[in-house]
Amino acid sequence: MGETKIIESIKGLSKEEYLLKGHIACAGCGATIALRLLFKALGNRVIMVIPACCSSVIPGPYPYTSFAVPVQNIIFESTGATASGVVAALRKRGINDVTVVGWAGDGGTFDIGIQALSGAAERGTDFIYICYDNEAYGNTGVQRSGATPYGAWTTTTPTGKKERKKDMPFIMAAHKIPYIATACPSYPIDFIRKLRKAREIKGTRFIHLLAPCPTGWRYDASKTVQMGRLAVQTGMWVLFEIEYGRFKLNPPSDELIDKAKRRPLEEYLTLQGRFRRLGEEDIQKKQKWVDEDWERYRRYHQTMCLI
Amino acid sequence: MVSQREVLTGKHLMQGDVACAEGAIAAGCKFFAGYPITPATEIAERMARRMIEVNGMFVQMEDELASMAAIIGASWAGAKAMTATSGPGFSLMQENIGLAVMTETPCVVVNVMRGAPSTGQPTEGAQQDVMQSKWGSHGDYSIIALAPASVQEMFDLTIECFNLAETYRAPTFLLADGFTGHLWERVVIPSPEEIKIVERKKPVVSPDKYMPFKPDEDLVPPMACFGEGYCVHVTGLTHDELGYPKTTDPKVQHKLVNRLCEKMRKNANRIVRTYESMLEDAEVAVIAYGIPSRASLNAVKKARESGIKAGLLRLVTVWPFPEKQIEELATRVNAIVVPEMNCGQIVREVERVAKETPVHLLSKIGGELHSPSEIFEAIRRAAGI
Repeated sequence: MGETKIIESIKGLSKEEYLLKGHIACAGCGATIALRLLFKALGNRVIMVIPACCSSVIPGPYPYTSFAVPVQNIIFESTGATASGVVAALRKRGINDVTVVGWAGDGGTFDIGIQALSGAAERGTDFIYICYDNEAYGNTGVQRSGATPYGAWTTTTPTGKKERKKDMPFIMAAHKIPYIATACPSYPIDFIRKLRKAREIKGTRFIHLLAPCPTGWRYDASKTVQMGRLAVQTGMWVLFEIEYGRFKLNPPSDELIDKAKRRPLEEYLTLQGRFRRLGEEDIQKKQKWVDEDWERYRRYHQTMCLI
Repeated sequence: MVSQREVLTGKHLMQGDVACAEGAIAAGCKFFAGYPITPATEIAERMARRMIEVNGMFVQMEDELASMAAIIGASWAGAKAMTATSGPGFSLMQENIGLAVMTETPCVVVNVMRGAPSTGQPTEGAQQDVMQSKWGSHGDYSIIALAPASVQEMFDLTIECFNLAETYRAPTFLLADGFTGHLWERVVIPSPEEIKIVERKKPVVSPDKYMPFKPDEDLVPPMACFGEGYCVHVTGLTHDELGYPKTTDPKVQHKLVNRLCEKMRKNANRIVRTYESMLEDAEVAVIAYGIPSRASLNAVKKARESGIKAGLLRLVTVWPFPEKQIEELATRVNAIVVPEMNCGQIVREVERVAKETPVHLLSKIGGELHSPSEIFEAIRRAAGI
């Protein structure tokens, strides 16, 4: 997918803005770009369920808010559970054209919120759950989470994290829900297409969104879009969908099955201060894991087997 | 005794949260489990770095429920263990706090209190969890809670929390607040020899004679940890002195739960610490704890200057409640003023103990500290001037 085409397609999006000016996100916040796209893609027939996370602060303080849609701001661990209640009552009242969206960070999804999310998915709760993943607890000043990748500096992993990131989309796949997708705001058309597709499916839909974070990742705030692209182009982040158990790579990730077409991981890592301490050995280790994951994706993609 | 590296002897300009972490390390804390939360995150961040240096263990857990559970596990495996949080996390810990009480697990929980209820005011200090720290978990029990009023006390009282937790085998709370946690002040850290450290009481009998929950005269049973050759059964179910569940025998429940309550009451004289200022001839007493006690001292001095005989009783120990001290004080003064950063919590205890003596609450919420002049005005009103 060429870049010109992306820009042309973006022009076709609604001119309506439901993420208004004056929000207080950090400059270059990937999650906020995604939030704006989300509202453009789904319109204002949505109810947002947002736990403690950056997005509970981003709309700004009284007397203003930059969210022009209804928001239920709830406690950290409860996105899946609160959304279950919201959906049940709406449906009971015969309101079927409103999409309930859980919008939670990686800490609120991978760690404290996984129980509620798992419960909601198992019950087939009719909502879209989006995990915007900046790979750390950003709101409290960058602490490690279950989504923080190996080797990354955070304030609670001062010598770099020693463990690997959880494979969240596949944890959700194990719940046998109808739709799972990954996305990144650097590929807005892909993200919007997935949101609109998810809206038409009944049941629990899970979107895992990479949200580059200049504050936590320690890179120049003007490079957020580039950072997301590099994540995809190096194969560190993979754009795919799992629809009713069938795995499919999406462009441009579908063209990266051949390792030679993927850019070296170093290009992504060296631009970020959080990976500054990584040695040659660590980088090789990470590259090996990326390649192993890709072997798995290749198999799923080519054999069309059920996950 | 701890090594030099564990105690950063000397004078420092330090943040309250950091001083708390240093106090824990000086007390011999070797296990910290935590989870990010404003305004307590800095304690975890400091521990993440320092535990590496002192050969301890820092673990970031998946939530506060897990943090509390992990320190209970670590304590039974023989480590001095601590976690730190604020209101929302403290609420999540409550079930495990009850388990720690029931299983008599020495552990320290720091609550850097912030505006509440719910998510409230993450960046503002408050004292709204005072009653929760006493009654937050279900059932009847007793715990210990100390309230620091300075960065120095964030260091000193964290050590004292460990010593009390080890002595009385109960979860012990440092009830700090967001202001003190984020305050930067001078801290003097003594040499290791000058720091008093208490270790938990160990059984002196052989494993076949050991009854893990049979108390000594002080109502505290000696504690054998895992890996020390004793086979200990630890349960949150009502248990007999051997530690085995006996959930339908009224006598067993009666004996155990009453002892858990009595443990602090009986030892209150040894646990409770208060500071008195200008109370000898006072007619109006201010009773304060935590950071409002600083403005209170200032206000009392101001009152003295304007001819009002005022004095200050500062509660270092909030739980067990310093009943004797306040009961005695109430017989000497005409009125009591209680400034606290909530809608009135400790004031209820003061009223209960003070009986006939009028008690005036000076409540302050919203993320502002009491000003000395506000407290002075309250003293003036209480004095009838």
